[in-house]
Amino acid sequence: MESMEIAGKVRSHFPEEVLDICDFHGQVGIVVKREKIVDILRLLRDSPDTKMNHLLDLCGVDNKKRMGKNLLRLEVVYNLYSIPLRHSIRIRAQVPENDPCIDTVTTLWCGADWHERECYDLMGISFNGHPDMRRILLPEDWVGHPLRKEYPLKGREEWSGLEELKNKVVELQEFGLSDGVLRTEAAESQTKGNQKS
Amino acid sequence: MGEVKESDIKEPALVEIADGVKKIPGVNAVLGPLNAIVNWGRAGSIWPMTFGLACCAIEMMDAGASTNDLDRFGIIFRASPRQADCMIVAGTLTKKMSPVLRRVYDQMPEPRYVLAMGSCACSGGVFNSYAVTQGVDTIVPVDVYVPGCPPRPAALMQGLIKLQEKILQEQFRWSLWR
Repeated sequence: MESMEIAGKVRSHFPEEVLDICDFHGQVGIVVKREKIVDILRLLRDSPDTKMNHLLDLCGVDNKKRMGKNLLRLEVVYNLYSIPLRHSIRIRAQVPENDPCIDTVTTLWCGADWHERECYDLMGISFNGHPDMRRILLPEDWVGHPLRKEYPLKGREEWSGLEELKNKVVELQEFGLSDGVLRTEAAESQTKGNQKS
Repeated sequence: MGEVKESDIKEPALVEIADGVKKIPGVNAVLGPLNAIVNWGRAGSIWPMTFGLACCAIEMMDAGASTNDLDRFGIIFRASPRQADCMIVAGTLTKKMSPVLRRVYDQMPEPRYVLAMGSCACSGGVFNSYAVTQGVDTIVPVDVYVPGCPPRPAALMQGLIKLQEKILQEQFRWSLWR
């Protein structure tokens, strides 16, 4: 099936849900509301004329600086591919900023598990019904979601685990024989003072 | 029985095998100041703990493979920190990995050395961001820095030779718990 035909099929089944259909270089994306996302994806997976049995990727997008109509602050993108029929489609589900959550699709593709955890970790979108909704890349006690646009590149504060480690390093210094270079905060401020004087 | 004249006693022919270290041929013994012998032994058998974290690890493996062959310096990679003398930190150290790096370093017996390989290990490199430790020297004391992104195997060998030179100049570096 052509991508546009698939998009038309989705629109005919869910006329209330589809907000927009966009075509960029032959890649068709369907912008949808988040409420019935599992039903839409199940239709694409199970229909004999689509057979989208492969979830290529699942990722989050922050639309804060993005132009486009019908876009909410956040977005979850599902890239689907049909291995038997060799066609693909992109579904973009809109997620509002004040309630960043969407239903999980691990019930359809169990491989979505870690993708959704990554999306939660870096974008802060939580997935309802996910079996194990924890951070996957960052430490578990990390504060914030770094791929949000308002998150500064260097973060707001140092991670508590690293602060703890650096204090421990200073404490352990007297027990070592090494005369290598160790840049602790005390040593840093000392060299800065020397440069000034 | 003839008398033994002083001129008949011959000095054993000593062979100098390193600076200040001499060997008696045919006898299983070396002569020299303790410092020189210990340093000679240490410099000739640096067993590094591999801490490959990113692309630098590929260059480190290349340095250990047949073309460059670190074995000829007596450098044999160990997979356990308890058998290692030196840790080669090869690659980007993330903040989440930092406690692991320190733990592995703490498991190494004295004397221990750290070689920071590549820009990321030296200073954080291009990754001046929320997730990357800005130089492993904030976590462990570093003896040799090898710059490059990634450094070529020859640069790593140069770094290890610098470490050997450093070891050879040490004075009375024994354990704290001797």
